[in-house]
Amino acid sequence: MLIPCPWCGDREDIEFKYGGAAQIAYPANPDSADDAAWARYVFFRPNPKGKMAERWVHSAGCRRWFNLVRDTVTHEITPTPAAEERR
Amino acid sequence: MSRLPEGGRIDRSRPIRFTFNGHTYQGCAGDTLASALLANDVRIVARSVTYGRPRGVFSAGSEEPNALVQVGSETMLRATQVELDDGLEAASLNGKGRLTSEPETARFDKIYAHCEVLVVGGGPAGRSAAQSAAQTGDRVILMDEQPLLNSDSDGLPSNVRVLLRTTAFGLYDQNLVLAAERRADGGRLWQIRARQVVLATGAHERPLVFANNDRPGILLAGAVRTYLNRYGVAPGTRGVVFTNNDTTAPLASDLRSAGIAVAAIIDIRREQAIVDTDGDDDGLRAVTLAGGDRIECDLLCVSGGFNPTDHLYSQAQGKLRYDERFACFRPDGKLPNVTVLGAANGEFDFAIQPCWLVPGTNGDWSAHFVDLERDVTVADMQRAVNAGMRSIEHVKRFTTIGTGSDQGKTSGINEVGLVGALTGQPIGGVGTTTYRPPYVPVSFALMAGRNRGDLFDPIRLTSIQPWHVAHGAVFENVGQWKRPWYFPRHDEDMEGAVQRECRAARENVAIMDVSTLGKIDIQGPDAVEFLNRIYTNAFDTLKVGFGRYGLMCKADGMVFDDGVVMHLGPDHWLATTTTGGAAAVLDWMEEWLQTEWPELTVRLTSVTDHWSAVAVVGPQSRDVVHTLFPAIAVDTQSFPFMAIREGETGGIPVRLHRITFSGELAYELWTPSWYGLALWEAVMAAGQPLGITPYGTEAMHVLRAEKGYIICGQETDGTVTPQDLGMGWIVSKKKPFIGQRSHRRGDTRRADRKHLVGLLPVDGEQLLPEGAQLVLDENTSAAVTMIGHVTSSYRSATLGRTFALGMLQRGRERFGTTVYVPLNGHVVAATVTEPIFYDRENVRRDS
Ligand SMILES: [Zn+2]
Repeated sequence: MLIPCPWCGDREDIEFKYGGAAQIAYPANPDSADDAAWARYVFFRPNPKGKMAERWVHSAGCRRWFNLVRDTVTHEITPTPAAEERR
Repeated sequence: MSRLPEGGRIDRSRPIRFTFNGHTYQGCAGDTLASALLANDVRIVARSVTYGRPRGVFSAGSEEPNALVQVGSETMLRATQVELDDGLEAASLNGKGRLTSEPETARFDKIYAHCEVLVVGGGPAGRSAAQSAAQTGDRVILMDEQPLLNSDSDGLPSNVRVLLRTTAFGLYDQNLVLAAERRADGGRLWQIRARQVVLATGAHERPLVFANNDRPGILLAGAVRTYLNRYGVAPGTRGVVFTNNDTTAPLASDLRSAGIAVAAIIDIRREQAIVDTDGDDDGLRAVTLAGGDRIECDLLCVSGGFNPTDHLYSQAQGKLRYDERFACFRPDGKLPNVTVLGAANGEFDFAIQPCWLVPGTNGDWSAHFVDLERDVTVADMQRAVNAGMRSIEHVKRFTTIGTGSDQGKTSGINEVGLVGALTGQPIGGVGTTTYRPPYVPVSFALMAGRNRGDLFDPIRLTSIQPWHVAHGAVFENVGQWKRPWYFPRHDEDMEGAVQRECRAARENVAIMDVSTLGKIDIQGPDAVEFLNRIYTNAFDTLKVGFGRYGLMCKADGMVFDDGVVMHLGPDHWLATTTTGGAAAVLDWMEEWLQTEWPELTVRLTSVTDHWSAVAVVGPQSRDVVHTLFPAIAVDTQSFPFMAIREGETGGIPVRLHRITFSGELAYELWTPSWYGLALWEAVMAAGQPLGITPYGTEAMHVLRAEKGYIICGQETDGTVTPQDLGMGWIVSKKKPFIGQRSHRRGDTRRADRKHLVGLLPVDGEQLLPEGAQLVLDENTSAAVTMIGHVTSSYRSATLGRTFALGMLQRGRERFGTTVYVPLNGHVVAATVTEPIFYDRENVRRDS
C-alpha cells in the first residue's frame, strides 16, 4: 500500500506505523470524566467497513504524525487537510 | 523421434542433452522440457496424486496440471515452463513436491521498478498496447512469461522495457504488481508500481469432461498446435479432435501438414461425443464414440472453450460476469487504473456450444476427471452436491478441486459449469471461486531473495563488540542487537559463568556494555513540562547535573516503559529507554507532541547509537573510576547517587553517572560511540589489578531481580499498573500525566489484581520455568484456577538458591503463604515473599 505522507509524498507502507483511529481527542479534563466517559475514550474505537479516519506516523522518514481517511474495504486513501485535523 | 524435420522456433543446430528420471535424451535450444520429452516420445511424465494414474503433458503453459517435475532443488515445476538447458536433470513428481534438506544454492534477487504503464502479456493485444502507450514518452514495461514474444519484439520503442520469462503473479493495492522472473541461476522478484496496468493475459483453453479423459496423449487442442508450430514436435501419429467450438478449425490441417493422420473430428455441435477412451501403460490407444464406434489413435486434441485469464483482475477485486455467447466469465465493470484487453477481456470471435459433462457408457463418473492435478472427478462433485453443498466455495473445499499448485486453471470453470448442471443453477449465478495470489507457484527462496542468513534482518552492534567477540562472549539477540549473554571462561558452562559474574559484581568489580539502552535527546523550553506529562513522576524539581528514574504509562494506566532521565543543562534532557522499547517510545512521545500538545516547544532526537555506555559495578567500582578520573571527587558526598559529572581519561571524553541496576555501588560511563571501545579497554586496564570481570545480560538479569527491579516487557505485559508492581511511590498525585485518570478506574483499583511478588521454591534447587502458572491447590488432578504466573526466574549465587519474581492475585496479602506451580507431571511448592531478596535497606549503592 502507498501512503501519502503530507511531508514526503507517497511512500511504501513499510515506512510507517499505524496509530489507530484518528479524531479521538484527549479529554480536556480527564479528572471530571466519569468512569464510563473515560473508558469510552480509552477503549472504544470505530471499526467501520468503509471510510475510517486513521493516524499514521512516518517512522522511517520524517517522523511526523498525520491523519488520513482510508477505506477499509478498498484501501483507497483520501488525505485530510492536516491543519485542522492534526488529531 | 517425433521431432518434425522443419518448422518451429527452436534451434536445431544447438542440440541439448538432458536427463529425465535418469535416462539421457536430446532436445534443442528453444525447447521446454515438455516439448523435448514429447520429441523423445516420452508420454508419461508423472503419476497422479491420489490414484497414481499415468499422466502426460496436457498443455503448453503455466496452466499445466499434469507434467510436474523436480529439477535440482526446485520442486513442483511445470515441464511446460522449464526451459531446456545443457545438463538439465529432471525427475517425475507424483503430485507432491519434495523439499530438499540442502540449503538453497541458486541466486535469488529482488528488484523494484516504477512505470507509467505496465502491460502484462506480450501477445498481439499487449504488444500494441505497449506500443501506443510508449508514444507519449511514458515509461512502459511489457512482461511475458514466455522466453520470447509471440510477436516480434523488434521495433518496440526504447522506452518499452521488455521482461521475458517473467510471470506477474499478484496485483495488489494501488497497482503494485509482483512478478517472478526465471533466470538461469535462480530468479528475480520484481516489485513494480505502475500508474496504469494493462492486462493482456489472454485466455486458457479448457478441456471437456468425459470418461478416462486423463490419459497421456490427451492434450488441449491449442497446446497441440503450439507443439506442432512452435516446437516442431508431433505429439502423436494418429489424432482425433474432440471439440464444442470452432477454434479447432485450423487444427486438422496443422496435424496433416505434420504428417499426423486425422482419424476423426468429433464435434459436440453435430451431436457427436467421445464417451470413453482406452489405453495401456504408454497412454491413449483408442476412443469410443457415442453409438459405440471405436477409433484407434494415440493423440486426442480436446477443446471445451476458453476462459479469459482474469486472475490478476479478480485478485484486485474486479468483478466477473458470465457471458452466454462465449460460455465464459469475463470482466464486468472497471477497476481504477487497470485495463483488461483482448482475450482476457472476453473479446472473442468463435461459436461454441457449452458442454460441461459428457456422460459415459455405464453411469460411472469416477473416471471423469475435472481437476487433473487434484484427481477430482465428477463422482467427487456429485458426493459434494449430495452432501448438500450448493456454493462453489463449499464444493471447492469439500472436493479440494482447484486447490492444487495450478490453482485450477484448467478445471475452475468446468467446476462452475458442473455445479450449475448438478444443482440446476444458472452458471452465472454459481459464480467463480475467489482468485488469490500467487497466480503461479512462487518459491520461498524467491520471496526471501538475499534476506537470508546474516542478511535476514539488520544486526546492530555496539562499538565494543570486537572486544566481546575476541573474549569469547556468548551472544543473545535483543531485538536487532547482539548483546553478550555471558563470558564463559575455559570450559565453564552458562550457569557457572553467570554465578561467577554475579559474585564479581556483588563482591568486587564488574563491567558491562550497556550501550544498547535507548537514548532520546530532549530539548526545548517546554521540555520539563513535556516530561511531567509523559512520566508518572515529576521532573520539575530535578536539578541540572542529576538523573531520576522515570516510569511511563499508556492512557489505559498500564506501564509502558521506564528508564533514567538526565537533566543535562537548561532546557536539555536525555531519557534512556529499554533496549527494545526505544523506537516505540520515540514514536509515542512524538505522537503526543505533534497531535495533542502542539503548544509545547520540544525537540526529540534519537541518540541511541551516538553514545557508548559502560557500567562499572561493585564495591570496588569507585577505585576503578578514581584511577581513571583522579580529578573527580568520588566519595559519596561529593558524587552522590544519581549525580552526573563530566570528565576525561586518556583523551576520551566521558560523562559519568551514579546509576545502579544491581543495587551495588555503580557508575555508568558514557562516551561518544567513536570512543566506546577505547573507554572499555581503559576501564578494563584500570580494573585489572582488582580482577575486574566482564558480565553479560544474564548476570544483569539475576542482579536486578535479586533487588526486585522490574524489566518492562518481562514483569509487565501491557496489563500491569505501577500500583500492581508496588511502585505507587513513583506515581505523582500533584501533576497530571498520561494514564493518571485510568488509575482511578474501578478495574485498576480492584483488590484482587495481580501484584508483583517474590517466589522462593521450597526446594532451593528447583528452578521455576518463566511463564509457569501459579495455583493455590496442590492437587491439580481436577481443573484449578490460575491465580498468577512466574515472570523471572534465576539461580542466585548470592542467595545460594533459586528464586523468582511473579505476578500473583492479591499477592501483597499472600506474603509468607505457599503457592503451587504445576509443571510437567508434578507440582512444586513456592513461598510468596516481598519482591526483594537482597539489601532491603538499599545501603550497598552508597557503600
Ligand atoms: Zn514523511
